[in-house]
Amino acid sequence: MNRLAAFLRELKSPGNFLAALFLALLVAGALLAPWLAPHSPVAHGNERLISPEADHLLGTDQFGRDIFSRLITGARVDLLVSFGAAALAAVLGVVIGLIGGTTKGFPRMLAMRGIEVILAFPPIVFALLVVTLFGPGSLTLILTMGILFAPQFARVVYGEVLTISNLEYVQASRVMGSSSLRVLFLVILPGALPPVLVQLSMTVATSMLLSSGLSYLGLGVVPPTPSWGGMIAEGQAIMMTSPGLLFFSSAAVVATVLCFSVLADALEKSLDPRRSRKRGAVRQAPKATVA
Amino acid sequence: MLAMIGKRLAVGLVLLWVVATVVFLALHMVPGDPARIILTGTGATPTEEAIQNLREQLGLHLPLWEQYTRFLGQLLTGSLGESLRSGTPVTELVGQRLPRTLQLVFATTLVSVLFGVLFGALAGRRGGWIDRVLMVVTSFSVAIPAYVAAVVLVYFVGVQMQWLPSGGYVPFSDDPVGHIQTLIMPTISLSLAFTAVVARMTRTAVLSVGEQDWVRTGRSVGLKESRVFSRHVLRNSLTSVVTVSGLQMGALLGGTVIVERVFSWPGLSELLINGVTTRDYPVVQGTVLVIAALFVLLNIVVDILYGFIDPRGRD
Repeated sequence: MNRLAAFLRELKSPGNFLAALFLALLVAGALLAPWLAPHSPVAHGNERLISPEADHLLGTDQFGRDIFSRLITGARVDLLVSFGAAALAAVLGVVIGLIGGTTKGFPRMLAMRGIEVILAFPPIVFALLVVTLFGPGSLTLILTMGILFAPQFARVVYGEVLTISNLEYVQASRVMGSSSLRVLFLVILPGALPPVLVQLSMTVATSMLLSSGLSYLGLGVVPPTPSWGGMIAEGQAIMMTSPGLLFFSSAAVVATVLCFSVLADALEKSLDPRRSRKRGAVRQAPKATVA
Repeated sequence: MLAMIGKRLAVGLVLLWVVATVVFLALHMVPGDPARIILTGTGATPTEEAIQNLREQLGLHLPLWEQYTRFLGQLLTGSLGESLRSGTPVTELVGQRLPRTLQLVFATTLVSVLFGVLFGALAGRRGGWIDRVLMVVTSFSVAIPAYVAAVVLVYFVGVQMQWLPSGGYVPFSDDPVGHIQTLIMPTISLSLAFTAVVARMTRTAVLSVGEQDWVRTGRSVGLKESRVFSRHVLRNSLTSVVTVSGLQMGALLGGTVIVERVFSWPGLSELLINGVTTRDYPVVQGTVLVIAALFVLLNIVVDILYGFIDPRGRD
């Protein structure tokens, strides 16, 4: 609970608070989209390319579809893909990291070398290879990115497990006769989870960058399902006459990615107080920017 | 040093072999008949004969191990197969476009490392408002996907202001000025996040190196502050900058794909995306292998460079 309290304390700074608020509203908007959306996100209408007004909060696109309705409906699939991929990556990564951290010999080598193989593929190129074979779609995106982003989790967990296994309370638990599985899941794993949580928040941001990029190319989420990347592509087509769609959809992607990384920073600070005290504290730099 | 280079190269080769195997197996992991899926994927209804032909062309009628040895044999002789659509050797297609993609990668790296180190060192040394502004600006620029930056740049600089061409490519030999002009916007869009990451890394490194005892010693024996900073603090900060730049440069291999598309830059992007949409498997497979090979090579180069900069890291 101390950690929760520390995290809530972090939220008192205005930047972190705004980020959390935005994400909360976004998730709520996405969940309630079918009831919140004033118009159908996919039905074509006669009022094309109109500017923001009372009936159409953010105006309409080239097919007369309400941009606001499309944005919150698009948030559903974008968030689903990003969270899904990050969650899958976390589960895979934690399992691989635990195997690597607690075994010796062949299983450890297989786990840790396997990670290097995944890391040898540039993410977007690997995703394109998978799309060629399996066709585009949300499920393809989740599975691909889940595998692609698992190594970061595995490394984090691996490192934590190695450090934690040597700590006194773990040894004490062993001496008291706990089974090795009990030690692993009830003693070591809880200690390794905080950095996983930080990594999770960063991975959601990375997944959103990559998946929206693929959707922009028309190789991610398949139209007519609205997605932010797809909307940016549509917005680009009409930016000469009405740049609204381009700006609103770009702003949605940028704001969401930004908020998730701000949240990751806040989480990291609250979970590891040593890092927040000094100026120049080690901030985890984004591993790689894709898309 | 030589032993270390040899060891890294050997590990790299093994890694490449595993990568090639994974790419090879990917085709066989598709449920159903890959040949049929490739042909129907574009919406056409192929004849049984066409499917049979493709199966033979891809070697799918052979036993798996024979396909695998054939595949590796081809790789060793430097062949990546032929495009299903045009019949052109994939190596030729990639060879044409790779230099243009690499040009973007190098231009972006150069710009990002220069400005990143400059801003990061400035913020780390001066602190105060410069530092705060840098932290906010870098948070933002990391969150902007390169393709979004590209589209927005096209809108403002290309369409509204008409300062630079919105896209396209002019060979350097035809028109050097035009060539540079078409290079500017793609480089800026790709540099935003890269510069931010380098700047943050430099700042962090400068701050933590600045606290070392030997820096204090340097000051106390009367070295000038500027000399302490440039010769000792900054120089020792560069190891982590090299590491992070290498990682970022690796992400650019392939990461340029979408931005190239926005600016109609004729690099690997066109090849890959057309390959994916027409399900031209050998083209995509070949391009992926080439990019992965460059990626592995880059990591080896970074490791070696690291050894040169910081002798403590040598095995």
